[in-house]
Amino acid sequence: MPPQVTADVAGAPPPWRVLSTTSPIELRRFAAQPWDVVVVGSGNAALVAAITARKTAQRVLVLERAPRHLRGGNSRHTRNIRCAHESGDDFTPGAYSVDELCHDLQVVGGAESPALARFAAAESRTIPQWMADHGVRWQPALSGTLNLSRTNRFFLGGGTALINHYVRTAESAGVVVAYGAAVSDMLLHDDRTVERVALDTLDGRIGISTRSVVVAAGGFEANHDWLRRYWGAAADNFLVRGTPFNDGSALALLISLGAGVVGSPRGFHAIAVDARAPRFDGGIATRLDSVPFSIVVDRDGRRFADEGSDIWPRRYASWGRLIADQSGQVAYSVYDSQAAKHFMPSMFPAHTGNTVAAVADEAQLDGARLEATVTEFNDHVDPDGHFDPSALDACTTLGLIPPKSNWALRIETPPFHILPLRPGITFTYMGVAVNEHAQVLDRHGEPFTNLYAAGEVMSGNILSKGYLAGFGLTIGAVFGRIAGQEAARHAAH
Amino acid sequence: MLLIDLQAEATRQLTICNACRYCEGYCAVFPALEIRRDLERGDLVYLANLCHDCRACYYACMYAPPHEFGVNVPKVLSAVREETYSRYSWPRFAAKIFARGALWTILACALAAVVIASGIALFAPDHRLFGVVLASGSFYEFVPYLTLVSVFLALGVFVLVATIAGALSFWRDTSSPLRDLLNLRALRQASRDALKLRYMRGGGDGCFYPSDQPSPHRRIAHSLVFYGFFLDLAATATAALMQDVWRVMPPYPLVSVPVVLGVTGGVMLVLGTSSLIWLKERSDTVPSSAGMRLKDYALLTSLDLVAITGFLILGLRTTSLLGVTLAVHLASVGVLFLTMPYGKFVHFGYRYLALVQNALESHQS
Repeated sequence: MPPQVTADVAGAPPPWRVLSTTSPIELRRFAAQPWDVVVVGSGNAALVAAITARKTAQRVLVLERAPRHLRGGNSRHTRNIRCAHESGDDFTPGAYSVDELCHDLQVVGGAESPALARFAAAESRTIPQWMADHGVRWQPALSGTLNLSRTNRFFLGGGTALINHYVRTAESAGVVVAYGAAVSDMLLHDDRTVERVALDTLDGRIGISTRSVVVAAGGFEANHDWLRRYWGAAADNFLVRGTPFNDGSALALLISLGAGVVGSPRGFHAIAVDARAPRFDGGIATRLDSVPFSIVVDRDGRRFADEGSDIWPRRYASWGRLIADQSGQVAYSVYDSQAAKHFMPSMFPAHTGNTVAAVADEAQLDGARLEATVTEFNDHVDPDGHFDPSALDACTTLGLIPPKSNWALRIETPPFHILPLRPGITFTYMGVAVNEHAQVLDRHGEPFTNLYAAGEVMSGNILSKGYLAGFGLTIGAVFGRIAGQEAARHAAH
Repeated sequence: MLLIDLQAEATRQLTICNACRYCEGYCAVFPALEIRRDLERGDLVYLANLCHDCRACYYACMYAPPHEFGVNVPKVLSAVREETYSRYSWPRFAAKIFARGALWTILACALAAVVIASGIALFAPDHRLFGVVLASGSFYEFVPYLTLVSVFLALGVFVLVATIAGALSFWRDTSSPLRDLLNLRALRQASRDALKLRYMRGGGDGCFYPSDQPSPHRRIAHSLVFYGFFLDLAATATAALMQDVWRVMPPYPLVSVPVVLGVTGGVMLVLGTSSLIWLKERSDTVPSSAGMRLKDYALLTSLDLVAITGFLILGLRTTSLLGVTLAVHLASVGVLFLTMPYGKFVHFGYRYLALVQNALESHQS
């Protein structure tokens, strides 16, 4: 039986029962003997590292700071992985070569370290088989994602199911997973070698001795204080799409130990999400698909960008940042009943009204201003355009600034709708420098002896701008596997 | 929960599902959901009955409680199904009486058994409730043939009429034309899906019972109940044939068609119902609705009782306990029949119709 995660049990249970975390008593028991490999985090990269390490190492401990139901970090919210393959199969029809994958990386912005990127792309070929061998199940590309079907493999049930499969595999192989176990410090010997990791618990500090450490604990996107350093007060209006536990404490710890930093501190991937989404953990369901079939206005009712500039999925990547740059970090997608049928339904109902002024009122926008914007837009729509929702249709505006270069349909058929948008951050790019063995490098490029990193905490070595759907998981799996191997190998010496 | 609230809650959750779609590969419910933009009550009823309660989506859901979105599809759909069972039951008032839990089922059986036993004691020849019937005689020395046949025939007809009435209003509400029920291709597809319990595969590895790990247990146990039940029906039918057509009177020898079918079916029923009860006892209750759990236990207990008392008759048929055992067995069969149109038993009809509807939809698209 899994531990109950809700509080509907009789009496007042201890906090680690309610939160389904590992009790301090048990954590202390873990500290009694040294471990071969300690893995910090329990997402894709962490669990791949733990499972791999356990193949040769005896004692492998996974420390997850979230309670059990939030285990898996941002991997909980993922759904597919991008791997190169020589030929098609049931799930990814058609070949996708290493060269093409590297090319795609180049197109979205290029790699920080081309050598590591090429290495990850080449290694990615063996990842799907490895995942299948460790319990992961696939499904055909989800509806509405056909453009990814050749390049990306979808997990049956998505990322949470992926994590469940991994944990099951890891635990049955003898890996120990602890929840509610936040690493607060690492104690080094000779500045290069980790001797112990420290956990802060309700019951005081616990030191766990280990021969090697893999840090796979994500970025800092859930830490608004940290984001504020680079974004000022605007950061307060950023919604975090994933786990509230990615506050970057492990990243900060590695930096404080002297790790080299890669990637711009302002670098993040963000998309347009519903402004009514929760501050954390809203995931895929809060993503809005309406932008290309609408006009988007700022809170003063004015358009500010070309809504029809690009097709899926790049349009997702650009709109998060565009909205982050507007006043109040909010925008409004305005469309009519004709356009509504062309995109996926949203989780929250749209504001609706029979006139533009009425719906503006609903959404607390200036009705006269919005009416003027809509009229101006309608007047500039090319009357000869041929609308095609499935392609860049060049159905455009004429002489409007900014233009809407595709899918420009007049907004004229009531009822009218408005969806409020905010930037939803998926992950941050800044991380620690690593080499091909996944060893963390110091500021001079010299490796720590037994400290490894995988996943978001180091993905800035490869992808530090732009976005390639499903490639974050590829980096996590490739470097998780190497980190696990290397950490176990080091522990054996 | 008020019906209006239930509908709103189911719609709220499924709207989140429709914006997410990660579970599309698990079963037929999610693809069927995706082709519906607005969910009417009939859509909810259809989707709920298409759900085989495998729980794969619940354990894969990043929005499952305690997440603030509180998505718990198995629970909310099972609540809708439960509402379906009483809404489409005929006559409606009978549902209030007969849709009860396992304890009520046992009490009803006990009461009915006392009534039948008293009947035997009062009316059987020599008033011999505790008499011994040897190979020459039969159950009819306790309960006259005509009484037995007419009572159970009446019950059978009643079950049939009530079931068909329910099925028709279900089909009407899920808004398909009646003639679609005669679409052979859809019927064939639905029958295949039902006979194989296709959607109890949970996307490959089975249902997530009793823990958050998939296993084939539930599908195997459910198949045992399903096929065991039909073997027992076949046993009854062949016994009727032997008796009324070939004039071979019971009791039948151990190696005879009705007894072999009956014993095999009975063993499967006992094993199947017992393991389903065992699984249910150990399963997480969060992804289930309390009312449906009651109904589940009631049906499982009822079937279990019928099968076990059937075996008792076989074992005790040459002893003085036959009369009492027969009374208990007839009581449990009677209670099973009476509760059939109002309890969990009806799920097979609605689920089959939902599968037919699903086959129609997938042929169209």
